[in-house]
Amino acid sequence: MSPDGAAEHPLFGLARAAQPGGDVRTSASGPVDSPAGGNRLSGPLADPSAEAGYSERHPERMGFFTDTSVCIGCKACEVACKEWNLLEEDGLDLTGMSYDNTTELGATTWRHVAFVEQRIDPSTRARVDIGMPGMGAPSTTPEEGADSDATEVRWLMSSDVCKHCTHAACLDVCPTGALIRSEYGTVVVQDDVCNGCGYCVPACPYGVIDIHPDNGGAFKCTLCQDRLGSGLAPACATACPTESIQYGPLDQLRQRAEQRLEQLHEQGMTEARLYGQDPTDGVGGDGAFFLLLDEPEVYGLPPDPVVTTRDLPAMAAHAAIAAATAALTVAACFLGGRR
Amino acid sequence: MKARADRGAGAEGSDRSAGHETREPFRSYYGRPIIKEPTWKVPDVPAYLYLGGMAGASSVMGALAQLRGYSRLRRVGLLCAAGGSGASVLALIHDLGRPRRFLNMLRVFKPTSPLSVGSWILAPFSALSGAVAVSELTGFARPLARVVAGFAAVLAPAMTTYTAVLLADTAVPGWHETRRELPFVFAFSSVAAAGALGTGLAPRSEAAPARRMAVIGSLGELLASRVLEQRAGRIAEAYRTGRAGTTLRTARVLAAGCALGALFARRSGSVAVLVAASGTAASAATRYGVFEAGRETARDPYYTVVPQRQDGRSER
Repeated sequence: MSPDGAAEHPLFGLARAAQPGGDVRTSASGPVDSPAGGNRLSGPLADPSAEAGYSERHPERMGFFTDTSVCIGCKACEVACKEWNLLEEDGLDLTGMSYDNTTELGATTWRHVAFVEQRIDPSTRARVDIGMPGMGAPSTTPEEGADSDATEVRWLMSSDVCKHCTHAACLDVCPTGALIRSEYGTVVVQDDVCNGCGYCVPACPYGVIDIHPDNGGAFKCTLCQDRLGSGLAPACATACPTESIQYGPLDQLRQRAEQRLEQLHEQGMTEARLYGQDPTDGVGGDGAFFLLLDEPEVYGLPPDPVVTTRDLPAMAAHAAIAAATAALTVAACFLGGRR
Repeated sequence: MKARADRGAGAEGSDRSAGHETREPFRSYYGRPIIKEPTWKVPDVPAYLYLGGMAGASSVMGALAQLRGYSRLRRVGLLCAAGGSGASVLALIHDLGRPRRFLNMLRVFKPTSPLSVGSWILAPFSALSGAVAVSELTGFARPLARVVAGFAAVLAPAMTTYTAVLLADTAVPGWHETRRELPFVFAFSSVAAAGALGTGLAPRSEAAPARRMAVIGSLGELLASRVLEQRAGRIAEAYRTGRAGTTLRTARVLAAGCALGALFARRSGSVAVLVAASGTAASAATRYGVFEAGRETARDPYYTVVPQRQDGRSER
């Protein structure tokens, strides 16, 4: 928050956004189309904060660009996140999943570094099965051994985080108004409002947010909301030694990501791709997006996530027709005689 | 919070696990789930789904019985509406991670949240139904209670289906991909449950409408469930196998038994009691089976990855 914009104090902004007027995102009535002309439940949306009711003086939309091509798997982001946000240790199991003993994002893990080991042909960069213990039928592991060119081991590492979706399903379905859009365009949980109903957990198409087993509330990455107001970058991005995690205004990050992608393609890394940067995708684009070197599902990311609230008008219509059917069925049962 | 990578598939393992021979191969991160499994508890949430639906249909039954002069069936319907919705509220509160904050549900009204809309249906419905039940039992302000029962019955149909939208508006493939059929399964299941209770609890001379509800509701539930599975595509596997499959098959047998029994329940009190038991069990088992099928599709990355890969950006 810039000091000269202090008239719109962050806390007042939050409080107001939590009121019904700030939360209502329906397209059921009135001219509610976004500035981009899209549906408010899905599709491109230029300024989620303005749509949530912040004044025009709100800060730019901030986000993460995680460039996994330079991630070295140091987990400094995980540690910095835990330290800054006072997240407790949540298990010390050895999982057998390469160096990943964190396993997934959750209520006490807001950054998670994924590790994938692959054997590739250094000339073609074609992927070959590394022969990890698996449940695949023999036919799914054809090249192993036969392809003597597959000599190079490639280590895919990616630091996963809340995507801060343009259309956030967790925020849409939250019945208490605990989940809100911040002035930075991010999605944060107000812990003092959350009643632990758990609806956000299955609503998230990325499996990010979770209920804390001890205190019952929902928790996830806040993009270090408590640092942004002081002009500090989030802890993970600050700790990242390779600038794999880049923090900044989302528009700039998107441009930088396109340049980086072009650069990698020129270097022959044609497998590089951006994930979550497209405002026309199923969630209207992510506030935290990625450059990946393989398919999203290899990193545990959904290939084509959708904010299911997109279908809410149709679902409500089906439910209304079904409810009317139930009422008419009962009424019809009273039409006959008493036998 | 941590789970082991028990599926054993390597990060690069194309999963074609035993018992899934017809599945397309797909890639995943050590076979781990992509979305989070709902943290909603059993039996709290399946009970919440069943009780709310049963209460809704019972309320309509009670109000129509009141109009048509079935005084004993009215009593059963209105009391079941109050008891069911009250218990539904308790089940919902018990499921909360922070139950003492349950009133935060009514802090805002959010049309984008089926649970917010549902809370604003459930809260007035259970309050009105509870007031009607007090009058029914004590005789206090009976003329007013008849009007209030009518108001509750206007909210009541929504009680039978809002929970279907609640489940469908999630990233859980087993619920979202069945979003068109789920409200009809829940609606008919609710009618059957209320009809079954009316058949068993009201005198046989007054229970004719309830018996018809049990028959038509059960048949409707069977039909809607069948359509759901036929249209579910890949997701149908989760509805047909495992614990969900067993539960739903049991529910179908019970629903068929309920419908058949209701045809003969006029002559025998013991058959009427059996109808009540089987209809209640069928409706509860249907909710639990749907709940369990959804949880399975959340646990298994196949249901997230393959449909998203193959259906592209189309309507899913």
